[in-house]
Amino acid sequence: MTEPYVILIGLEVHVQLLTRSKLFCGCSTRFGAPPNTQTCPVCIGMPGSLPVINRQAVQLALRTAVALNCTIPRSTKWDRKQYFYPDLPKGYQISQYDLPLSHCGWLEISDPKGAFASKRVGITRAHLEEDAGKSMHDEAVGRADSRIDLNRAGTPLLEIVSEPDLRSPAEAKCYLTELKLLLGYLGVSDCNMQEGSLRVDANINLHVGTADGPVPTPIVEVKNMNSFRAVERALSYEAERQWRLWQELGVRLGEPGGHKTTRGWDEGRQATYEQRAKEESSDYRYFPDPDLLPVVLPEETVESVRASLGELPAALRARLETGYGITPYDADVLVNQGRALVDYYLAVADACGDGKTACNWIQQGVLRWLNDRQTTIDAYPVPATEFAALLKAVLAGELTTSRGREVLAEMIDHGETVEQAMKRLGIERVDEAELETLCRRLLEANPKIVAQVQAGKEKAVGSLIGQAKKHNPNADPGRVKDICLKLIAGM
Amino acid sequence: MISLLDHTATILLRQLQAGALSAVELAQAYMDQIDRCDGTVKAFLHIHADSVLEQAERIDRKRAAGQPVGRLAGLPVAVKDLLCQEGQLTTCASHMLGNFHPPYDATAIRKLKEADAVLLGRTNLDEFAMGGSTENSAFQKTTNPWDPQRIPGGSSGGSAACVAARMAPLAVGTDTGGSIRCPAALCGVTGLKPSYGRVSRFGLVAFASSLDQIGPIAQTAEDCALLLEVLAGHDPNDSTSVNRPVPAYSLAVRRPLVGLRLGLVREHFGEGLDGEVEQAVREAIRVYESLGATVAEVSLPHSRYAVATYYIIASCEASANLARYDGAHYGYRTKEPAMLDELKHQRKQLHEAGDSAGLEALDSALIRMYRCSRSEGFGLEVKRRVMLGTYALSAGYYDAYYLKALKVRRLIHRDFQEAFKGVDLIVGPVTPTPAYKLGEKADDPLAMYLFDLYTASTNLAGLPGIAVPCGFSTGRLPIGLHLQAPPFEDERLLRAATMFQQATDWHTAAP
Amino acid sequence: MAITRDEVEKVSLLARLLLKEPELEQMTGQLGAVLEYIALLDEVDTANVEPMAHPLDVVDAFRDDEVQPSLDRERALANAPNRDDECYRVPAVLGVT
Ligand SMILES: [Zn+2]
Repeated sequence: MTEPYVILIGLEVHVQLLTRSKLFCGCSTRFGAPPNTQTCPVCIGMPGSLPVINRQAVQLALRTAVALNCTIPRSTKWDRKQYFYPDLPKGYQISQYDLPLSHCGWLEISDPKGAFASKRVGITRAHLEEDAGKSMHDEAVGRADSRIDLNRAGTPLLEIVSEPDLRSPAEAKCYLTELKLLLGYLGVSDCNMQEGSLRVDANINLHVGTADGPVPTPIVEVKNMNSFRAVERALSYEAERQWRLWQELGVRLGEPGGHKTTRGWDEGRQATYEQRAKEESSDYRYFPDPDLLPVVLPEETVESVRASLGELPAALRARLETGYGITPYDADVLVNQGRALVDYYLAVADACGDGKTACNWIQQGVLRWLNDRQTTIDAYPVPATEFAALLKAVLAGELTTSRGREVLAEMIDHGETVEQAMKRLGIERVDEAELETLCRRLLEANPKIVAQVQAGKEKAVGSLIGQAKKHNPNADPGRVKDICLKLIAGM
Repeated sequence: MISLLDHTATILLRQLQAGALSAVELAQAYMDQIDRCDGTVKAFLHIHADSVLEQAERIDRKRAAGQPVGRLAGLPVAVKDLLCQEGQLTTCASHMLGNFHPPYDATAIRKLKEADAVLLGRTNLDEFAMGGSTENSAFQKTTNPWDPQRIPGGSSGGSAACVAARMAPLAVGTDTGGSIRCPAALCGVTGLKPSYGRVSRFGLVAFASSLDQIGPIAQTAEDCALLLEVLAGHDPNDSTSVNRPVPAYSLAVRRPLVGLRLGLVREHFGEGLDGEVEQAVREAIRVYESLGATVAEVSLPHSRYAVATYYIIASCEASANLARYDGAHYGYRTKEPAMLDELKHQRKQLHEAGDSAGLEALDSALIRMYRCSRSEGFGLEVKRRVMLGTYALSAGYYDAYYLKALKVRRLIHRDFQEAFKGVDLIVGPVTPTPAYKLGEKADDPLAMYLFDLYTASTNLAGLPGIAVPCGFSTGRLPIGLHLQAPPFEDERLLRAATMFQQATDWHTAAP
Repeated sequence: MAITRDEVEKVSLLARLLLKEPELEQMTGQLGAVLEYIALLDEVDTANVEPMAHPLDVVDAFRDDEVQPSLDRERALANAPNRDDECYRVPAVLGVT
């Protein structure tokens, strides 16, 4: 690193949990319903209505917290976070303040290409809260007012706050990718950023190296980033902006003009802009929600959740690397596709007995196909057993790699087995004994060539391959060569 | 001859069940009484005039057809205008909800309907139940049926007054710091604040969620038992309603308590207690002694802190509970054009004055809409409590006020636990004085708050408490006896009160 | 702990109330008197006392994750002070206007 500063980034990620109903009422959480058709007195905050906790939301949150290696307290409680906003109908959000569902965890990230060393990113806390509704500004109609849709109000969110342990925008992106992958493996969220089921806010500042030690620049919270790539870009932009500002003004964190500010990311301009907030708006006046009882999380519950997690991405990668002999990069590629694809890979690799070959073929033959069609492994037409049968034939030398690809294409196009596809292509399996008889006959007919080989000119055997192909077009050149050399050696 | 209206609900129910009385006759009698009296008492905010007889007819038909009927079948009930009733105006005595029609029934209302009660109408209260005199209603001032110059107490003043004036045999009130017991005492009727968690709060418009509880007001404790039996029970829609079986209060109520041990709170007989009230309470205790009870003095050393503790906690919770009234989704909204004009005018003035700081600080249209709607929609007392609660929870003050109050609350709770080690019930006055004059404490919020001196701690500790008529002042104003029991000993309370009412006739007096 | 007029004004913004004279002056006096009374609690020794936010010591009230019918939109919006066919309407969330 040549920059005389270190970047400190912490991320706040909100994920919508995959429950059927909202956190405190029975309204559906389905995305895309017409405005204000999924509300009831509770999520509209009507007078007299009361919240009741959705058990499944707590379960999903707990699952995530345990997978993030968090400490789970004996009990957790609910607090009201108060602020006025038209998409927040009660005038407070039910959240968790000083006794969150979990705290002090970590998530390990590493760059498969080795751009940074693998590291544990601290998780400050992960807590449950209800989502707000949606405000829409109706500029098109030329009206000055906003329209409010409360369908989303009350949807369960898990807020996952990281420590400022990330040291570059690339690390931040990697953390998000790994987190999203983990949430997918856990089945707790679909993490769809377009539908708002995963949202990211970032806190970033610099520690500038000076003669008196590192000096922190004012913290900026960056919002409105709509993709992981946008997060990476916004943070790069922001780091450079802060560095420039430091050089110009030299304001440090906490000094006059050095308080925390909020900036939005403008995707069109590829720049951040200042978002102004009234000073008093940050006085949230948290206090325990008297409408809700604490939730007790006994050791046994936590342990049973832990036992039900299944194999998570990090462990799966390690197993693929050590047990199947593939590179960390390849393991990463497979694991990132999700558990279903990994299961497919494992079935193929186990059946054909060669993890590396299985990995190469799946990356070439399967991932590309899926990618072209933007679909998932469930839609892939070749069952793992047939895929493995194909690889076995290739590994046995019954098919060349290129012939194998042709066979695979036939299998995909016509939904055929390996046998059927080979037949359609006119490929017949040449059995080892048959091939040996052929070679023996060719050697007997070509004593000159045998003599040349015996004199050390192995290449001479090449002309026999052409002859063999004439006799049997399915004869594998490599096999013919090997058999001939073997026979000559034994003469 | 004793009039129909002087009968207790228990007797009326028996007559209805025996076919000696029809629901329609009874409903009509009460409607007539309302016509006669409510012009003066002003207990009702609205009467379900077009549906009362209809409801009664339906029940009579059911009975005549031999169909099963609910436990209160045909008994008229008045309900404090703080409980949501589907499609019916539910105002909380506030301009804020002057036109609010909830799309759902409170659980208590649903249970009353299922019990085939005849819902008479909605009774007056202090706005959002904040007050002790019912003078804080945005719509009307209810008067005490015993003296129209005086307050009925509050905040369930309409419910207590309508029972006292025989305009309803049963009424539903709510109690956050004494709001059932104080008006019951001042109006000479019986009012029970059940244990916290005994009755579902779902649909009860919240004032202070950790203190609010719905309860019955009636002529006798036996009638209260009848109504509580219907209202009580676990509700999956209210996380704070407790899952415990509901005893058959109305059957148990006439069983006297043998060996009853009463605790007299030393601290409640000091400074501030009116002499006539003290005398009536002491006389009531002698009645208990004559019934075989023993009396011991107990100490609640932190009782003098109850009002301060109560006002902090209640106001903090209220400030959040009332944040939803912001003119955005329901309820009152300021007239927008006038508001926008004023804002524009202010901006222009600031601009011309070159006041950039002022311009910076000027409200956005949205914030101004909130502020105007809330300031115009809420009355003074509500604003005072919202301000107090907001202040006490704001950055830098939380520990000094809210957290401190929660700790004192714990000490108050412990005092009760200690006291109940040696006694079965705690006994004392409900209010320091009989009903005061309308307007007397209007400009002195603190004096009004101190009227809850003996009742607020019951709510802080989540206990059940009951007010029972126990005498009159020389000016013929009712005086109430206060009994408190350990949590979920509501039955013990009702039995003790019934013992007293079987030995006395204060509860039979009518204005 | 007296409260100043300035503080009262700040709190009124936080509470989204708009207090004008003479209400502001009156509120300052009344809140001051109440706060003075509340200062009574200062004399209570609360060291090592657990705060008590709620009278119940019950825990764990849950509901199952089942979808219940929502309100019909017309009924949901019926009490709205300003609305269109689909949404609540409020003064602009963004900007001043
Ligand atoms: Zn809902």
